[in-house]
Amino acid sequence: MSGQTITVASAPSMPPATRWRKWFSLENRFVPPIFITLILLIGHLSFGILESYKKTLLAITVSILTELVLGRTVTGKWPHMASAYISGISVGILLRSPAFWPYALCAIIAITSKYVIRVKNRHLWNPSNFAICVILFLAAESVTTLSIQWGNNLWAMLVIWFLGSTIIWRLRRFHICAVYVLSFLVFAVLRARMVGDPLVAEISPITGPEYQLFIFFMITDPKTTVRPRWAQCVVAFTVAAVEMVLRLRSSIYAPLYALFLVGPVALLIENWWALRHAPASQPRTLAPGVTP
Amino acid sequence: MNRSARIRLVLTVLFVALLATPLVIKRLALQRSRAASTELDASAALTRYGFYLSEVSHAAGVDFVHHAPTLDAKLGPIMPEVASMGASVSIVDFNRDGWPDIYVTDSAYGSANRLYQNMHDGTFKDVAPEMGIAEVNQSGTGVSMGAVWGDYDNDGYEDLFLIKWGRPELYHNDHGHGFTRVSEEAGLPPWINANTAVWLDYDGDGLLDLFVGGYYSENIDLWHLKNTCMMPDSFEYAKNGGRKFLFHNLGHGRFEEVSAKVGIDSRRWALASAAADLRGTGHPDLFVANDYGVSELYLNDGKRFHEAGAASGVGFAPKSGMNVAMGDIFNQGKYAIYVSNISEDGVLIQGNNLWVPRDGQPGKPLAYENMARDLGVELGGWSFGAQFGDLNNDGTLDIYLTNGYVSADRKRSYWYDFAKVAGGNASIIGDAAHWPAIDGRSHSGYQQKHVWLNDGAGRFVDVARAVGVTDTHDGRAVALADLFNRGALDVVVANQGGPLLLYRNTVTAANQWIEFSLEGSTSNRSAIGARVTVRWNGQEQVQEVSGGSGFAAQNDRRLHFGLGKNPHLEEIVVRWPSGKLQKLPDAKPGQLNLVKEPS
Repeated sequence: MSGQTITVASAPSMPPATRWRKWFSLENRFVPPIFITLILLIGHLSFGILESYKKTLLAITVSILTELVLGRTVTGKWPHMASAYISGISVGILLRSPAFWPYALCAIIAITSKYVIRVKNRHLWNPSNFAICVILFLAAESVTTLSIQWGNNLWAMLVIWFLGSTIIWRLRRFHICAVYVLSFLVFAVLRARMVGDPLVAEISPITGPEYQLFIFFMITDPKTTVRPRWAQCVVAFTVAAVEMVLRLRSSIYAPLYALFLVGPVALLIENWWALRHAPASQPRTLAPGVTP
Repeated sequence: MNRSARIRLVLTVLFVALLATPLVIKRLALQRSRAASTELDASAALTRYGFYLSEVSHAAGVDFVHHAPTLDAKLGPIMPEVASMGASVSIVDFNRDGWPDIYVTDSAYGSANRLYQNMHDGTFKDVAPEMGIAEVNQSGTGVSMGAVWGDYDNDGYEDLFLIKWGRPELYHNDHGHGFTRVSEEAGLPPWINANTAVWLDYDGDGLLDLFVGGYYSENIDLWHLKNTCMMPDSFEYAKNGGRKFLFHNLGHGRFEEVSAKVGIDSRRWALASAAADLRGTGHPDLFVANDYGVSELYLNDGKRFHEAGAASGVGFAPKSGMNVAMGDIFNQGKYAIYVSNISEDGVLIQGNNLWVPRDGQPGKPLAYENMARDLGVELGGWSFGAQFGDLNNDGTLDIYLTNGYVSADRKRSYWYDFAKVAGGNASIIGDAAHWPAIDGRSHSGYQQKHVWLNDGAGRFVDVARAVGVTDTHDGRAVALADLFNRGALDVVVANQGGPLLLYRNTVTAANQWIEFSLEGSTSNRSAIGARVTVRWNGQEQVQEVSGGSGFAAQNDRRLHFGLGKNPHLEEIVVRWPSGKLQKLPDAKPGQLNLVKEPS
């Protein structure tokens, strides 16, 4: 979750009504942070999903500070904080640990990964997906992810699905969510037939809060998704397919690991494809203007 | 190397260091826990920790193996999960011979509970059949989940309340010669699916009242289900469990159910409860640990209870509460509360809670801080019963924790299937038919128990294996008692579908101790709620006679204090439930002191 950073051209002579509409059109860099903050507040005020304000604040603070230091040091400019905020709050919501250090460490790893693991001036992993997977791999005795805390309540889920779908639709990335959800459901039917478990048991995970965050913030992250719409659909389907395989291996964090595996490979293929087909006269770099 | 390359190099080194950090932390934690993995060397344990435990059940004549219930066949695919409780242990001197006896429950239809009478020679004999409290798991009446003892009619003999998934039972103790079933006369309801109960005199009238916490709804007969929608509707926010009951003792063997009238109204899934005067008001407060949700703290003003879980901090983060034990761990005259939960590496890290009261000012509301992590008692696996007790008589309270949920096929785990449903919508999780079959798999099984030794300096160190606790049964209930009247707390552990374990404690002779056996007169005769404060060598410790604590357990009513080396007793004060204060200038260390409430 590095943030939905769609750039909007400025409109200096825009009339007030249009300006407001533009703001509410959600093509705004602050919308994703506001949305995820809303999710956090709804979840917490209705169900108390946060074990501790301090841990979430720690993750956000560390994430922003790391972004400030690294952005200034590496690029010489002050970076926009939306991306770091989303990474921090995602870590704060998704990670579960009684200790404080995993929140700080995960946030630092998330931001640092953007600056260190780069190919052709583009970071490969969604930062929070990368960091959470790493922490789950290396500190399984200390951390888990959010998996059960959200009240198992239909209304909270519907509100988040509605808000999320609306926003993602306006950001023109709804097709990614749709393909993933449909693929998940198809694979759920397949899994149920293969393992003999009730179908609702296979569908059950997607009704939980972890998936809502995963679908609206991780797999749609513009910085770490491929560019053509058809390719985005293929990647979403592939994530669901790899998740299916991992689920058959009883991997509890199957969606996170699937994105961890598929996301960078898709970007590398896109890079390779673009380089292969780039006109010889053009410089062989990708994603002009992409910053961490 | 230009500046950009240097920055990139530094960043890469930093990144690698960050990735290595969890491994370093893990290594340090392993080094700290090395004591727990050392095998028993009795001599070394005695020297180093001041005690060791020897499992002596067979030699003591105790060969009890618990049987889990078999519920409605509709629950067959997940039977080991839903029928995972029932093993319990409570300590009682039922015949007033001065030696603690042991009562254990079985949970299959047709199985018999046991009352192990202490034979004074290190052995026990089951006398439940002749006493009339063995055949209590008859078809159609439900099965036993636990037992708590209290002298509800103040005749000097401890009576038995049998906690059941089924028809709750009250047995009157006929002066140690037998028990008479008096459930109907007492006014108990026909059916409660409960796992916890505690005796307390909430209104201070000298008669013991009884709290019972429901788990499954009391409207469900688990052997004849109308449908399979009987599971919690949320893993952490469930409110569709059994109701709570508070039976007010009217005297003459009759009780009135008053829970709603006095402010106890909850349908959370209660698993454990305990009562103690947490604020020094003279009235016992009630703490309830709920599975699938937050804990509840009912503050008692002598007439009504006021739920203060969220306000005090203990009822904010929902977990899977399994246990309530209270102990003065810092020797400051205040109770910490230990609530066990679930932790499984890489899957679910709830962490146990050790609620320590914050330093408050007079008039300020009670507030707690979870210090389980700081004190080293946070991760205990799929934790169940735990008790505080000074196992090495060094003057500080230690913790014995048992754990383990379902031990079956060691190589196959149910966790993945459990997690995928537990995180789902209420309509999915609430229906047992939606849960994948467990199919012989383990679910947090074969877990190592924990014996956390209080070092007196703010840390608990796990010494379980080093002092001889190596079993990996599916532990449920723990009870502590000086079973052999030697001045050492022994440990009794009830295991689900497993043997009852008797850990005989050998304590270094260098550490002194003192014990008290209290009997009320104006107060209830069991002295439940009586508080003893022992001041020695510039410190003080308080303990309270309990009507049930831990998980499905009750410790000996006699209070045991370790005093360490060369103790100088300064003052011993008993505060009776009636409010009377009684100093004990003649109490002697190294012996059991019999104390009667002055009339």
